[in-house]
Amino acid sequence: MKKKSIFLALVFIFVLGIALVGCGSEAPTEEKQGETNENNEGTKDDQNQQSEESSTESTLVFGRGADSVDLDPALVTDGESIKVTLNIYDTLVKYGDVDTSIEPSLATDWTTSDDGLTYTFNLREGVKFHDGTDFNAEAVVYNFERWANGEKSSFYYYGSMFGGFKGDEGHVIQEVKAVDELTVEFTLSRPQAPFLQNVAMPPFAIASPAALEEHGESFTENPVGTGPFVFQEWKRNDRVVLVKNENYWMKDYPKLEKVIFVSIPDNATRLNELIAGEIDIADGVSPNDSTRIEGEDDLQLFVRPSMNVGYLGLTNTRPPFDQKLVRQALNHAVDKEGIIAAFYSGQAVPAKNPLPPVIAGYNDDIDPYPYDLEKAKELLAEAGYADGFEMELWAMPVPRPYMPDGQKVAEVIQSSFAQIGVKAKIVSYEWATYLEKARNGEADAFLLGWTGDNGDADNFMYVLLDKDNIGSNNYTYYSNDQLHDILIEAQSNPDQTAREDLYKQAQEIIHEDAPWIPLVHSTPILGGKNNVNDFFAHPTGSQALTKVYFD
Amino acid sequence: MLSYTIRRLLMLIPVLFGMTFIVFFMIRAIPGDPAQVILGQLATEDAINSLRAELGLDQPWFTQYFEYLKQLFTLDLGESLRTKAEVSEEIWPYLAATFELSFVALLIAVVVGVNAGIISAWFQKSWFDYTAMVIALVGVSMPIFWLGLMEQWIFSVQLDWLPPSKRENVKNPVETITHFYLIDTLLQGRMDQFIDVLKHLIMPGIALATIPMAIIARITRSSMLEVMRSDYIRTARAKGQKMFWVVYKHSLKNAVIPVLTVIGLQTGLLLGGAILTETIFSWPGIGRYIYNAIEFRDYPVIQSGILVVATIFVMINLIVDLLYAFIDPRIKYN
Repeated sequence: MKKKSIFLALVFIFVLGIALVGCGSEAPTEEKQGETNENNEGTKDDQNQQSEESSTESTLVFGRGADSVDLDPALVTDGESIKVTLNIYDTLVKYGDVDTSIEPSLATDWTTSDDGLTYTFNLREGVKFHDGTDFNAEAVVYNFERWANGEKSSFYYYGSMFGGFKGDEGHVIQEVKAVDELTVEFTLSRPQAPFLQNVAMPPFAIASPAALEEHGESFTENPVGTGPFVFQEWKRNDRVVLVKNENYWMKDYPKLEKVIFVSIPDNATRLNELIAGEIDIADGVSPNDSTRIEGEDDLQLFVRPSMNVGYLGLTNTRPPFDQKLVRQALNHAVDKEGIIAAFYSGQAVPAKNPLPPVIAGYNDDIDPYPYDLEKAKELLAEAGYADGFEMELWAMPVPRPYMPDGQKVAEVIQSSFAQIGVKAKIVSYEWATYLEKARNGEADAFLLGWTGDNGDADNFMYVLLDKDNIGSNNYTYYSNDQLHDILIEAQSNPDQTAREDLYKQAQEIIHEDAPWIPLVHSTPILGGKNNVNDFFAHPTGSQALTKVYFD
Repeated sequence: MLSYTIRRLLMLIPVLFGMTFIVFFMIRAIPGDPAQVILGQLATEDAINSLRAELGLDQPWFTQYFEYLKQLFTLDLGESLRTKAEVSEEIWPYLAATFELSFVALLIAVVVGVNAGIISAWFQKSWFDYTAMVIALVGVSMPIFWLGLMEQWIFSVQLDWLPPSKRENVKNPVETITHFYLIDTLLQGRMDQFIDVLKHLIMPGIALATIPMAIIARITRSSMLEVMRSDYIRTARAKGQKMFWVVYKHSLKNAVIPVLTVIGLQTGLLLGGAILTETIFSWPGIGRYIYNAIEFRDYPVIQSGILVVATIFVMINLIVDLLYAFIDPRIKYN
């Protein structure tokens, strides 16, 4: 009997414990609502919880996969950094809410000389940096001078978009001059057709010269711009907090009081956070989870217009991939529709060009290589590989918008290849190693992709496939002189129609040479609470939250 | 005892020295150049070379290693290549986050594990015994990420009892003093935040505790069984001592040594092995700190991070060894 009563007592304690855990969480709403206001020390008191509740719905919590690397946009190349800096800084001109059309921002209007060598920007009046200093032509000059004179190790986007730095032969921006307080003039050494598209890129955001001088190297952790939100706090690997810029030049904007970017590395956890109501927007939702979001009444799905490409690169210098026929054969051996159905939940279109269809210059007349294993075998036989060959197939170790699961996609390709006698061994490395080894030309074939930076064809074709970029982003070591001439011509020709024609020709050459197997253009998805309004998922992958509000 | 302690402490020096050597050369054996990773995909060769020079990465390995050792002797853990911050300053919040989580996990593991083991031994071959041991078996073999996601699905999504991840409510952040949030909130008298922090700790705490809890339960059970069969316990029971008293005083005290060993080992593993839990629960701890550093090839952070964790690990083992003698006076170190 004694034994039994002690046992019952223990069971009772256990049950009580569980019940207490349950009760303890009965009041989540109240606590969840609290918001510390820096300017109001008194908010720590419990009595003030009530008043804070009303302001909660003006704080947006944005859940994303990783933390920012730096908060000085000129220094970084990763999307997670840009997602934040876009809200702290403005550029001279900016992209439209949903596309890459050019709109005024810090410059209200601009003129271009007939020869395409001089751009004159009229600047917005009365704009102030977050530190209270004035935005003016001198500030623009200061920023461009800073990049042009920059250490080569620092401002890669500047070097890459404007042909190098001061003193380099290919440097496009010869001079940036303040004509008067609110007019700034750019003189180019040669016409650059996508110049405005480039200037609108987030890395060329204008930072406060005073803050740059004051903080020096630590500016990247104390960013000061003119943007809709003011930087407040950055806890690395955890969160970045921005608060409303009360003096923002766009009247009545931003709508939100506060934006908190939190890092939630696991995709499934991020979705759970959204469903549980802890975050308002979840970035990088796995395509297969789209139905789960659609199934929740208080959630909505945001679809980012596709401006990317996922591909299987074939290293053109490694036998047998140095043979065009082999590359074409493999192009016939991939079932893109099947891959999309299985791993993208239909949130992608099959690719036939390196360019996504939304970009001006896309060549829709190209006939894609049909999925045809017989044809593939024929071509292989013609190339002298009737019995196939063995190869390595590299699978990306990390999910990316254009490639949610590299391993699985590689497995599908592997089984298709097996049917034409090509034995592919799937290989994967940790991400940085993967990129380095692929860049060194050590892969036979590798999965990779690209998201456009500025909506221009140049940013795909030249960057990924020109011989100038071998050792950089041309991982396949594909080199074609005719293509190179066309791409360079398209870069400098100011006539947009002529450029589009050039890019169409370029795609024909690429299609014929088949340096890649273009796989998909995916439409990345985000999840959000139903009461989030005017959130525009931008094709470049990052967007300002200026217009977002809750109902 | 004192001389033993000093000897053990002195032995730490070659152990940690060897550790620095292994870690230093192992991370450099991983392909991937920090300069390249820091500069990103668009970097030019020139840019990479100039950054390598700036970071001292163009020096021969042994020169770099001796520089690193020289720094360590002055207790300088170096500067992060990525954030340019002193590692010794940067590392504390992450360590504190992991300590707090590990402490809660250990508490759960010990309290539940030891008690489950005792009850199982006590009611050997009862339904409780069988259930507990099956759960312990499942617990040992359960992948943490799966358990974590299931916890989130049940307790956050379905029941809305607990927040799915993170360390605190980001809309109502804790003001940090010690970076132990439970302590910080108490120091500031913020009971609302204290409860909030506690709630954030429960699920990752359970996830992290599962494996050690299962191991502790099984070890406790078997060593309790052994002790309870011994003569002196039979004598104590024959003398009419209360069963509860017999179990918790006489038996447990003698069964505790193997349990303590397991606890010591598991504590070290908790610190180092928290990375999966930290990822699933977005916990900004030392595991993720080092993991991110590896991703960025941030050598000083990787080196120092691992060194700090290793030091703590050996220190815990030392403490456990010393505790043996404290608990069982028969154990003497000479």
